[in-house]
Amino acid sequence: MNTIGNVTGIIANLVIVETEGTTAQNEICYIKHGDTRLMAEVIKVVGNKSYIQVFESTRGVKVGTEVEFMGHMLEVTLGPGILSKNFDGLQNDLHKMEGVFLKRGQYTHPLEMEQKFDFKALAKKDDKVVAGSWLGEVKENWIPHKIMVPFVFKGEYTVKSIKKDGEYTPKETIAVLTDKEGNDHEVTMTQKWPVKVPIKAYKDKPRPFKILETGIRVMDTMNPIAEGGTGFIPGPFGSGKTVLQHNLSKNAEADLVIIAACGERANEVVEIFTEFPELDDPRSGRKLMERTTIIANTSNMPVAAREASVYTAMTIAEYYRAMGLKILLLADSTSRWAQALREMSNRMEELPGPDGFPMDLSAIIANFYARAGYVYLPNDESGSITFIGTVSPAGGNLKEPVTESTKKVARCFYALSQDRADSKRYPAIDPIESYSKYLEYPEIEEYLNKTIDEHWTANVFKAKDILLRGKESYEQINILGDDGVPVEYHVRYWKSELIDFAILQQDAFDAVDAASSLDRQNYMLQKSLEVADMDFKFESFEDVGPYFKRVINALKQMNFSEYESDEFKQNEKEFRNILKEQETASKEEEMTAEEKAS
Amino acid sequence: MEKETKAFQRVYTKLFQLTKATVSLHAKGIGYDELAIVDGRLAQVVKIMEDLVTLQIFGGTEGIATNAEVIFAGKAPTLKVGDDLAGRFFNAYGEPIEGGEILGEEREIGGPSVNPVRRKQPSEFIPTGIAGIDLNNALVTGQKIPFFADPDQPYNQVMAMVALRAKADKIILAGMGLTRDDYLYFKNVFDNAGALDRIVGFINTTEDPPVERLLVPDMALTAAEYFAVEKNEKVLVLLTDMTLYSDALSIVSNRMDQIPSKDSMPGSLYSDLARLYEKAVQFPDGGSITQIAVTTLSGGDITHAVPDNTGYITEGQLFLRKDSDIGKVIVDPFRSLSRLKQLVIGKKTREDHPQVMNAAVRLYADAANAKTKQENGFDLTDYDQRSLDFAKEYSEKLLAIDVNIETDDMLETAYELFGTYFKPEEVGIKQQFVDKYWKNNKN
Repeated sequence: MNTIGNVTGIIANLVIVETEGTTAQNEICYIKHGDTRLMAEVIKVVGNKSYIQVFESTRGVKVGTEVEFMGHMLEVTLGPGILSKNFDGLQNDLHKMEGVFLKRGQYTHPLEMEQKFDFKALAKKDDKVVAGSWLGEVKENWIPHKIMVPFVFKGEYTVKSIKKDGEYTPKETIAVLTDKEGNDHEVTMTQKWPVKVPIKAYKDKPRPFKILETGIRVMDTMNPIAEGGTGFIPGPFGSGKTVLQHNLSKNAEADLVIIAACGERANEVVEIFTEFPELDDPRSGRKLMERTTIIANTSNMPVAAREASVYTAMTIAEYYRAMGLKILLLADSTSRWAQALREMSNRMEELPGPDGFPMDLSAIIANFYARAGYVYLPNDESGSITFIGTVSPAGGNLKEPVTESTKKVARCFYALSQDRADSKRYPAIDPIESYSKYLEYPEIEEYLNKTIDEHWTANVFKAKDILLRGKESYEQINILGDDGVPVEYHVRYWKSELIDFAILQQDAFDAVDAASSLDRQNYMLQKSLEVADMDFKFESFEDVGPYFKRVINALKQMNFSEYESDEFKQNEKEFRNILKEQETASKEEEMTAEEKAS
Repeated sequence: MEKETKAFQRVYTKLFQLTKATVSLHAKGIGYDELAIVDGRLAQVVKIMEDLVTLQIFGGTEGIATNAEVIFAGKAPTLKVGDDLAGRFFNAYGEPIEGGEILGEEREIGGPSVNPVRRKQPSEFIPTGIAGIDLNNALVTGQKIPFFADPDQPYNQVMAMVALRAKADKIILAGMGLTRDDYLYFKNVFDNAGALDRIVGFINTTEDPPVERLLVPDMALTAAEYFAVEKNEKVLVLLTDMTLYSDALSIVSNRMDQIPSKDSMPGSLYSDLARLYEKAVQFPDGGSITQIAVTTLSGGDITHAVPDNTGYITEGQLFLRKDSDIGKVIVDPFRSLSRLKQLVIGKKTREDHPQVMNAAVRLYADAANAKTKQENGFDLTDYDQRSLDFAKEYSEKLLAIDVNIETDDMLETAYELFGTYFKPEEVGIKQQFVDKYWKNNKN
């Protein structure tokens, strides 16, 4: 019997309910407002009063209104059919909602329970299984969707019976498992899981040891993210967070991309709805939409559901990771989620932490990032969740609680710089401020040098060094004036500009340049370093910029042309010719010098 | 203290608490967000604790006595919507300023948001003739974008100009803390352009109580939704000034004893603003709501909570700046941004539009660097000098807000300037566009 209570107070979406029976922290309840039921979550209990945050508008709710407590936390339904759906933060199927406007109290089932799926058994009678073991698989789009032993099962079970290969709906029993005490448990294709609890149906979680290719040079080359790793992108508005995230979701080498659009613009979500079904996945040739799932809780949707949306997205990612897939999870933006926590903490009159955020913000963020990772499953297969969150720091100031809390836990830091964005140097990731801790992992270094090029990491550090030296030279030039420094300073500065233009900058809207393979990145890095290694002789500083601009232009044209195509080779020839001018020039100079000497 | 009047209305006459903006009283059966009339002034329920109901009085509580009459309306604020709205101006409560009645269906304001899967991706270019906008920051139907401007800049004039050139079916003006002069200016401009029948105005002037402003955008957007959804019209909503709207939010949250967040704004500022701005939408049936807003800055500071939160919500921002080299107000190409421009430039406009735009801004940035050098007393290179000359002409011919030309002419003008001052490799656009459009003025 569910606990029933009555509303005694309302402040915006915080409602206070008096109950007789038991209620639990994070328990889900419904306010019976007229014909509609408004979903809410318990966030605090004092005596017989439960404080609940309502996932909807509370307009019209009255004191005395009945509230029913459901006896479970916020759950998602996991099963075949998730991939082609677009959900809100509470996993309602948005397509099933009636009308143009989201009516409050309208909840829709996330899956198609009548649809038949082609089931193929992977386990057989008398097999010993544990939570997460694969019992069978069904085809979901192109993915062999594993039907697993529900994650709530504890200990070892024996398969008593399993359905023959054939067509079944998600509600039908496909297997019966017997526990140690001899009790039978029926298993269907679907299961429920509370979103705030991590799914730990894996054997081991090692340190990440390979990188996730994103196609974005400034990430892959300069600061790669590991498969199963974590990263975050803070940046003021207008610095290109959104474009970068979309480009990641288009080009990253993942089996599945899950995007939690948390408190951000609706049109950005619409862009994905509209474009992804048309765009091809460069690797599989299938449509991008087939590997993308969106959890949309845009900024105008209920604030309390923002928090739910990131957890819902993470739980779905964990579910597919348990099938042995490589998942990229993007959350845009974690700051909006933190703000939702702040609004609620404020309404509950809790003592505020820094900037009014709740005191446990750091811990909440750390626990969330910790759910990502590379794992070995019970059957020794592997799966991974690579998580990248964006942060929207107030006023672009990185010394604010959300950025600082995230910096403590995320291993990659991609700082978007306003200066770079202003001068249209996109993606505006600051090459000097940003870092990837993974470059320091010996296992990652070994992996990179083995799979890309034996000199890869050495080259990367060299390029970073050139950027740093270029910046220093630039500062000197600015202080002392163009002719107040040796010409060598200008050369050093322009060598760093060349790396900036040829490697760091990338046109996300150009069909070719938008994504660059590791092979190609290696090739371009080598070309750039080749220039950096050259000795240049310039009469005057005035000759340096114009010459390098021509070299840069040739390299840019290479970036714009299909790798190894005729056009590419033509542009490379042009690049060679420009370099030759200097080689000949310096040779001539040497010759004249020799002549003079003789 | 309770007596029954009309069918469902109950009247109370004993106030328990009075503050500058709120009153509290003991009452039963009251719904959250419900409207009430307190001593003839409109009020709304903002908090209920047991039987203690707190009401926010939009017009302020000056002179309200503890025995004031409180009548609950049993409903949230509403607006009567219908074709009757067109050509008229209303106060913050949706009552015609010049008197008279409105025929139409009564709708609750601040209604629910559009299901994201029922939206369409914006794809219609809104030409304004101003190159600082069309060339560098093209606007798209269904977009929301504010002007970030200091109070002394002519943002209301530019906004009125954009509104008239935008070819919208309806222009809805939401004036919050508008000076009476500016209100009359808008009325005049629209009247002179013969556009008055396409205008609906919801006006709170500086003469009205500030908290009343909080109703204005919701009124305007409810009217906008009526025309966009029911009539499939292209609606342009002008919101001026959102900083004054936010100030009203902070007044209320302060009176409600909420812990202030950055710049004494309420912690919910982002959500409060997003709720309004996200009403901008393109519907599949052709109707759309486009929003152009004004966020006034103090001394150009965009890190203040209002412009900062706005920037994260809106699809770009337009900066006005006085260019002292040419003595005109320009649309700043560095700090302005239209996030939706990619959906139309090079698609609805000429193919080379994106490349030309970026190249010109990059060269303008080079000029800014040259200028710093010059100011620091360093010698300029030939390239520096050329970029400075380019920048001046670029500012005059393209960035100034008095420009009014077709988009293709903007591109042609850009090539003329490129050709006059630079070589193709210095401009760095794709070879195929250089071959096709480059104007070699040097030879």
